[in-house]
Amino acid sequence: MAGIMIYSDKDELSFELLSAANLISGHTGLPINAVCINNSEQAQGLAARGAETYLINNEAINLADSKGMASALESAAIQLDANIILLSSNRRGKELSGRLAEKLAAGCLTDVGSIKVNRDKIECMRNSLGGAVLAAQMITSDYKIIAVESRVFEEMAVGKEGPINNLKIEAQPAELEVLEERAKVGDTANIESANILVAVGQGLKSENDMLIIKELAEALGAEIACSKPVATDKKWLPEERIIGLSGKKCKPDLAVILGISGQVQFTVGIRDARTIVAVNTDENALIMQMADYIMVADLHDLVPEMTRALLV
Amino acid sequence: MNIVVAMKQIPDLQQVRIRNRQPVLDGVPMTFGSIDKNALETALQLKEAAGGNVIVISAGTEELEDTVKEALAAGADEAYLVLDDELENIESSVSAHLLAELIKQIENIGIILFGEGSGDNYSGQVGPRIAEILGLPEVGYVCDIELEDSRVKVTRSLEDCEEIVRVNLPAVLTIMADINEPRIPSVTQILKAGKKPKQILEVEDIGLDLKGDKKIITLSSLAPENKRKQITVKNGEELVDALLTEGVIRR
Ligand SMILES: Cc1cc2nc3c(=O)[nH]c(=O)nc-3n(C[C@H](O)[C@H](O)[C@H](O)COP(=O)(O)OP(=O)(O)OC[C@H]3O[C@@H](n4cnc5c(N)ncnc54)[C@H](O)[C@@H]3O)c2cc1C
Ligand SMILES: Nc1ncnc2c1ncn2[C@@H]1O[C@H](COP(=O)(O)O)[C@@H](O)[C@H]1O
Repeated sequence: MAGIMIYSDKDELSFELLSAANLISGHTGLPINAVCINNSEQAQGLAARGAETYLINNEAINLADSKGMASALESAAIQLDANIILLSSNRRGKELSGRLAEKLAAGCLTDVGSIKVNRDKIECMRNSLGGAVLAAQMITSDYKIIAVESRVFEEMAVGKEGPINNLKIEAQPAELEVLEERAKVGDTANIESANILVAVGQGLKSENDMLIIKELAEALGAEIACSKPVATDKKWLPEERIIGLSGKKCKPDLAVILGISGQVQFTVGIRDARTIVAVNTDENALIMQMADYIMVADLHDLVPEMTRALLV
Repeated sequence: MNIVVAMKQIPDLQQVRIRNRQPVLDGVPMTFGSIDKNALETALQLKEAAGGNVIVISAGTEELEDTVKEALAAGADEAYLVLDDELENIESSVSAHLLAELIKQIENIGIILFGEGSGDNYSGQVGPRIAEILGLPEVGYVCDIELEDSRVKVTRSLEDCEEIVRVNLPAVLTIMADINEPRIPSVTQILKAGKKPKQILEVEDIGLDLKGDKKIITLSSLAPENKRKQITVKNGEELVDALLTEGVIRR
């Protein structure tokens, strides 16, 4: 029993997993199988990227039902003789990881931020202690489930065509019913690929003050990002702009961090920035310890001043 | 209908300092993970709406007997605990098996609540694992709950959409931090918390082999290096000049 199986509900993430699978396969020689559930477009995308693709078409399998999904992937893993299962670490993927791991008596690592293969040993890096430390971990059980964060691997490029096979999987009816699906009113911001980020936190007094942040971002050619409470409590910005443990991990050339205290769950998402500027009224704020340029000031004064200095 | 809430004891992360790339945990008080407090608040609100008892379950070191008072003071009726000093840094599969055994001792369960992720490990695995052990349906990342008769209607928050799902009870739900603002217990509640019932089990009672069941090994665990310039600047102009010199911005 040995092989790699990949699955994600999101097409792009499955293409990234294919790259991760290739890394592991390159060291171990294990075959790769890509599984799609009720998504023939994804199957075509994976096949176009050279994957041995297995398409499960069974309307009784409900994407929203982690129980049925885990059952389906368990039988797929058994039929395909796969013991290393790569999933995406988005919310659905994390839910599925735990459930599938329990079925297969597998060790499971989620939010994996990098993978290193040493002969047949797969070392995974993930944040631990809320992001205070970075742990290198390895799964020792026969079945291994690894949920990989988005953008850790590049999407596999289109290349030699792989085959699409049909995989028959039985399904039990779901114990839940999806009544409605509402798209989130987000935006198309992509803070992970921005070279410059202006990040605001709870030091910002009112939503109106977002205007000065926008002006600064424009003058810098930056994307606007934020700490979690600005999006989830205040709702001044959409959740896609959150930096941190439960948000995005960003590596910009420059991060200008305004009115953010710098607790680990935030800093874990920005510590790989090349240059960090921190502006805070509190000289002892934790964020100051990880800044290249420190400015003890009220952001409401500093931001317009900085914008003016940029525009002269 | 009883409502069960799983809460994990963790060191208060705001008090953890790093020395030689190692976290210093000595003297750092234990608390519950912050999202687990949102899960408890959810349970308390469900109880206020529908009655029943709120039962906290947790597996951890001996200090947990003290930490759990936090939850009992906030309004939980009872606690079921597995205590053992070996239960420091246990992996998710072990936590799931210990907690599932606790759940099996509780009758008439309607809803089992978890945080979306624990305060330290944040892996989001333990809830779904327990749902699998108990053969229950599970809905993760819940940001709204409406009770119906023998079902609940919940809103699940995904990256790009919200999904409204109706699920049969008993069910496992994992809770998002923004679902509510946890209440702060009053002094009298804190004083009374010590008297609330606690069921305490040992690992041996459950018959789990902590070492034999290991599925993960940790090769290293270090704080990332933090080499920053730490230059204090006086005003916006000076800052912009420094950034221009550094070459990270252009005018
Ligand atoms: C499991 C888990 C996951 C989490 N994930 C994330 C995550 O992904 N991202 C995230 O950001 N958080 C996350 N958090 C929350 C995190 O712990 C902090 O609560 C959050 O980062 C604090 O946001 P903040 O710094 O904006 O607010 P605060 O901590 O309130 O800090 C505000 C700062 O602004 C300063 N300030 C006040 N007024 C001014 C002014 N006029 N000018 C300048 N400065 C001023 C204050 O001195 C203070 O330092 C998570 C928490 C948990 C438990
Ligand atoms: N040792 C534990 N005791 C009680 N609850 C736990 C424990 N470990 C995890 N949990 C619960 O499971 C959730 C997810 O944990 P994790 O999988 O570690 O992110 C937490 O938010 C808690 O509700």
